[in-house]
Amino acid sequence: MSDYYFRTSELSVGYGGNVLIHDIEINIKAGEIVTLIGPNGSGKSTILKTVTKHLAAIKGDSFIADASVGSMSYKELSRKLAVVLTERIKGELLTCRDVVSTGRYPYTNTLGLLSPEDHEKVRSAMERVHALDLADRDFTAISDGQRQRILLARAICQEPRIIVLDEPTSFLDIRHKLELLSILRSMAKESGITVIMSLHEIDLAQKISDKIMCVSGDVISHFGSPDEIFREEIINELYRINNGAYNIIFGSVELPPPAGEPKVFVISGCGSGIPVFRRLQKRNIPFCSGILYKNDIDYQVAVKLAAEVIAEEPFMPISDEAYDRALDAMKRCGRVVCAGVPIGETNRRVSQLIAEAEKLGLIADPDEY
Amino acid sequence: MSNRSASLSRGGAYARYWAVFIGLIAALVALTVWNINSGSVHISVSDIARIIFLREGDETQMNIVWKLRLPRIVAAAVMGGGLALSGFLMQTFFGNPIAGPFVLGISSGSKLFVAIVMIVMLRVVSFISSWMMVIAAFAGALIAMGFVLLASRSIKQMSMLLVAGIMISYICSAITEFLITFAKDSDIVNLHSWSQGSFSGTKWGDVRVFTVIILVCLIGVFLMSKPIGAYQMGESYAQSMGVNVKRFRVLLILMSSLLAGCVTAFAGPISFVGIAVPHLIKMLLKTAKPIIVIPASFLGGCVFCLFCDYIARTAFSPVELSISTVTALFGAPVVIGMLIRRHGGKG
Repeated sequence: MSDYYFRTSELSVGYGGNVLIHDIEINIKAGEIVTLIGPNGSGKSTILKTVTKHLAAIKGDSFIADASVGSMSYKELSRKLAVVLTERIKGELLTCRDVVSTGRYPYTNTLGLLSPEDHEKVRSAMERVHALDLADRDFTAISDGQRQRILLARAICQEPRIIVLDEPTSFLDIRHKLELLSILRSMAKESGITVIMSLHEIDLAQKISDKIMCVSGDVISHFGSPDEIFREEIINELYRINNGAYNIIFGSVELPPPAGEPKVFVISGCGSGIPVFRRLQKRNIPFCSGILYKNDIDYQVAVKLAAEVIAEEPFMPISDEAYDRALDAMKRCGRVVCAGVPIGETNRRVSQLIAEAEKLGLIADPDEY
Repeated sequence: MSNRSASLSRGGAYARYWAVFIGLIAALVALTVWNINSGSVHISVSDIARIIFLREGDETQMNIVWKLRLPRIVAAAVMGGGLALSGFLMQTFFGNPIAGPFVLGISSGSKLFVAIVMIVMLRVVSFISSWMMVIAAFAGALIAMGFVLLASRSIKQMSMLLVAGIMISYICSAITEFLITFAKDSDIVNLHSWSQGSFSGTKWGDVRVFTVIILVCLIGVFLMSKPIGAYQMGESYAQSMGVNVKRFRVLLILMSSLLAGCVTAFAGPISFVGIAVPHLIKMLLKTAKPIIVIPASFLGGCVFCLFCDYIARTAFSPVELSISTVTALFGAPVVIGMLIRRHGGKG
C-alpha cells in the first residue's frame, strides 16, 4: 500500500475518445486539499468528471487506496467518493433535509427508508455546514450560498473519504466563499477527508490548498504545493496574462498600469501611497513613485502600477544616487503628491526631497489626486 | 430546540401523508359504490349488496352488476392507476412535469399497433387474445418511445421534445384512422369506440390480464422508488450515489411503456391522466418523495378515472362520452394551471 490515498496513473481524459489532457500523474495523501486551477475550458471539469467516473478514462486509471476506480462498481465508489457538481438540481418539492438525506443512499435498505442513525447523520451533516435552520425550507427557494452548503452537507452525509467539488464557489459572494472553504478545511483537517476541487479564485486556492494542479493545454503543467506554484511566471503563463499583472505577495491581480511618461510624482510610505496609486490608475495618469524602501507595502503595489519606481534597499540610508534620480524624476513630472510618510533615522532625505519640491512649487493640492 | 422543531415538522408531513391516503381510499370506496349504483337500469343499494356478497337476486340485475358494471369499475380503477404511474415514470425519466404517455405519443403508438394486429388477426383467424393485444401495444409503445428518445438526442429543449411527441402522436393516429377507414365494417364497430378510448365492454378475462400486469408493475415501480428518488436529483448525482444509471433508464422506459401499452390495449388512448394525477398528488402531499408519491399516484389515478368514467357514462345517458373527453375536461386545466404557476413563479 502506497503512502498516497488517491493517485492517478497515466490517466488520459477527454470526450468521445478524443484526448483532452494526457498522462496525468498525481498523488494525494488522505486529508489533503487539492485544487485544480487553470483558464476556462482548460479541462478542469473533464478531469474531475473522470475522477468521479462520470466519464470513462480514455487511458490509465485512478486509484483510491490502491483500488482501481475504473473497475469499481458505482455502488462501491459511492461509499468512498461524494460529489458537489455545477449542474442545477431540478428537484421540485424537496426540502433541504430531503436533499441532504439522499446522501444516505448507499447505506439505506431496498426502499431507501432512513433509520434513526441516518436521521442523526443527516442532522449532524447539516449542523456541520451551519444549515440546520434551512432543514424544512424548499430546496428551490434558497439562495446560491445556502444551496452550496446544503449540497456539501449532502456530500458529507454520504460519509465519503474523498469529496470532489466542481467550482463550488462560483456565484457565491465573498462571505459565502470564505464560509464554504473554511468548512472544507475543517472537514479535511479534522476528519481526514480528501478534497479535490476546481476553483477560479487563485487567491483563495493559494490559501486553502495543500496541493495545486495547473491544467493548461493538454497536460498538467505543474503539480505541487502552493509555495511552488504561486510564482509570477507560472501564474502568468498558466492564465496567459501580462508580466506583472499577478502579485505574488498579495496573491491578487492588478490591471495594467497607465501607459506613457509619468506626470505625477508620489511621495509616500507605509501604505499611504496605495489609495493614491489606485486613484491615479483609475484616471489613467502615469505616475512615478519614490523614494520607497523595498520592504514597504507601497512598494509592492507601486511596482505593479507605477511607470517608474525609485527604490532603496531596506534599512539603508538613502543613497545619493537614489536621491538624485528622485529629484530628476520629480522635475520631469512637474507635479508632486505628498501622501504622508513617517520620517526616521534612515529616510531623513525624504523630507529633504519634500522641501525641495515645495521650493520648486511642485506640490499639488492633495484633493487634486 | 432546532432538533425538536425539525422532528415536529417531520411529524406534520407524516400527518399530511396519512390524511391524503385516507382521503384517497375513502374517495375510491365512495366512487366504487356510486358507480355500481348508477346507470340506465336502477338497482337499489340493498339489492346490490345481495348481488355482490351473496351472489343472489334477479338474473338481469346480476348480469348488469357482475358482467357490466363491476368489470368496468375494476378496469377504470386499475387502468387509471396504471396511467398515472406511467406518467410519473416518464416525468422522472425526462425530468419534465408535462411528460406523459399521451403527449409523448406513446399511447398513439400502442393504438396503431393494436389496430394493425386487430385488423390483420381478425381477417386471418377471426380471433384475438388479450395477451396478443398487450404485446402489440407494448411493442407500439416501445417504438414510439424509441422515436421520442431519438428526437431527445438531438433536441435538448424540453418543450420541443413534447412537440416531437405530439407529432408522433398525430402520425400514428393518422395511420390508425386510415386503417380504420379501409377496415371491414364488422371490425369498425369495435375499433372505432376503442380508438376513442373507453372502459366499456371490459370482460373478466381482460380484467385478469391487465390487473396482473399493472399490479406487478406497481410493485416493481414501488421497489424502484429508491433509485427514482436519486434520479430526481439529476443523472450525475444519481450515479454518484451508486445508481447504475444506464440500467435504471432502460428499466424506466420498459416499465412506463408496458404500463401505457397495457392500458391502451384494453381501453384505447386516454389523455391527461398521466400528467394531471401525479401533479395533483404531489401538490396534495407537498412532496415529491417517490416512496409516497408512487402509491398515492396509483390511488389518485384510480379515483380520477372512476370519477371521469362515471361522468362519461351518466352525463348524457344513454349516450356515452369517450373517456378522453372527460379526462381532458378535468385534466387539461390542471396542466394549464401547472404551466402558469411554474412560469409565473419565475417571472
